[in-house]
Amino acid sequence: MDKQRITELKVIAANVRKDALTAVHAAASGHPGGSLSIADVLTILYFEVMNINPENPKDPDRDRFVLSKGHCAPALYGVLAERGYFPREDMATFRKTGSYLQGHPDMKSVPGIDMSSGSLGQGVCAANGMALAGKIDSKPYRVYTILGDGELEEGQVWEAAMYAPHYKLDNLTAFVDFNGLQIDGDIAEVMSPLPIDEKFAAFGWHVIVSDAHDFEALLSAINEAKATKGKPTVIILKSIKGKGVSFMENNAAWHGAAPNDEQFQQAMEELDQELDRLKKEA
Amino acid sequence: MGKVATREAYGQALAEFGEKYDIVVLDADLSKSTKTDTFKKKFPDRFFNTGIAEANMMSTAAGLATCGKIVFASSFAMFAAGRAFEQVRNSICYPNLNVKIGATHAGISVGEDGATHQCLEDIGLMRTIPNMVIINPADKAESILAVEAAIKHNGPVYLRFGRLAVPEIFDRETYNFEIGKGVEIAKGSDVSIIATGLMVPTALEAAEALTKEGISARVINMATIKPIDSNIIIKAAKETGAIVTAEEHNIIGGLGSAVAEVLCENFPVPMKRVGTKDVFGQSGKPAELFEIYGLTAENIVKNVKDVLKMK
Repeated sequence: MDKQRITELKVIAANVRKDALTAVHAAASGHPGGSLSIADVLTILYFEVMNINPENPKDPDRDRFVLSKGHCAPALYGVLAERGYFPREDMATFRKTGSYLQGHPDMKSVPGIDMSSGSLGQGVCAANGMALAGKIDSKPYRVYTILGDGELEEGQVWEAAMYAPHYKLDNLTAFVDFNGLQIDGDIAEVMSPLPIDEKFAAFGWHVIVSDAHDFEALLSAINEAKATKGKPTVIILKSIKGKGVSFMENNAAWHGAAPNDEQFQQAMEELDQELDRLKKEA
Repeated sequence: MGKVATREAYGQALAEFGEKYDIVVLDADLSKSTKTDTFKKKFPDRFFNTGIAEANMMSTAAGLATCGKIVFASSFAMFAAGRAFEQVRNSICYPNLNVKIGATHAGISVGEDGATHQCLEDIGLMRTIPNMVIINPADKAESILAVEAAIKHNGPVYLRFGRLAVPEIFDRETYNFEIGKGVEIAKGSDVSIIATGLMVPTALEAAEALTKEGISARVINMATIKPIDSNIIIKAAKETGAIVTAEEHNIIGGLGSAVAEVLCENFPVPMKRVGTKDVFGQSGKPAELFEIYGLTAENIVKNVKDVLKMK
């Protein structure tokens, strides 16, 4: 990836962050913290990695994505809007009566959503099913899923963790958004899922640890996952909850709270400054 | 005709229809009991054991279905409908995916394993989930036909099968099975007995006994609990004026509740429900348990007489 492309991706990610915050602010509810921490990985997946076509969102040969941590729908909707699946203006209808942009991803209503999710632990299992279907049909598509680090406390995640290596699902790449915070606070204090890397390795996964906000590192990790045969890969993303908005960063209070008008203005200004800086860089 | 457990018929049906349809079968370490091993032996490439992990099985089934597969996910009713309830609701029914849940060992007829394994709540649980179709076949032929109907139906289906060998009452060649249609299997004008699953032959036995006492009882086999066949219930209420339901399930939430809802809103008539009375079961031989919990022809007869007094 050349420098110019990295700058382009950074611009898209900043816009995804703006879209996500616009949605949460308009809804006066939602999950900004975890949405901001996965904005970069979603951007690289939807703009650089995945074989997808917004004109044909149900193409049977497309790569699949499941947001297992479904509460971070604002970021996913943001990246889908930026990619052209639906108008960016619709982000303001998020969580509102009659809108197709449901509080958690709904595959029946939102173009580009491959699986309904939101109840933690279930998305990664569905991703297993998609990867298994690909194996049964000898299809070349790949399946990506993002789990929260708090989500790892769900027992069902470890059922899935056992399953994917058992069936050698090397077409599956799971990300863990390791920002260290869940609603009730520090994951290590609420119910520690640590160490995450050793647990997945013990279950038979290829484990990569990556910076969540460095596009080159992300791409290199994803390519390593693609090249790994005979077992699934988990990429543990060392991320910053609330990344990109100074007062939201590393603060569990922003897990599930919407910014007020003033806070929203400040957040948008910060992201616009980032966009200006990137424009000069380009 | 002989006696065959509906779970046996389920296994046979999967093996048979595996030829004709591109189905994938999942099981949670109970394939010898649920009889999905019959399919596994014939189509090993389309059978996947999830191990003892029903939650993962249901969500994995959903993922497979998003890729166009017709998926059967099997376990005991207790774990399929009970343990994995939320996965069934959120992963399968909310997105309306093409997953068929083959739940075996339903009801008190599980016998010796006792209360932990005797699922008497599954119909109630599954009935409250939008998009879910529930079929509780009465015998071998109906089970096989129900499996094919489920394959042809696009969307989630809960198929309820039993462990115990039960009498064969239908002829596969002549019996017309349709999802959502009850079937009148004995004519009658004084009362209607609406039965499901293994209580269907028991209801027929009760009707015969009633005939001897000069009471003409209609018997309706209600294999599909959801969507319930309102027409046949209302017709029965109008023509016979009294209803008794019979099911191997808690009287709360099952067939009795479904029938009561239809009657109350459309054509209220006196009604009685035969089923387990909001209690847990216990270990024992199925026949003994039927006596203890009132799942007998004698108890249906008693309930018919009671309901006739209310007319």
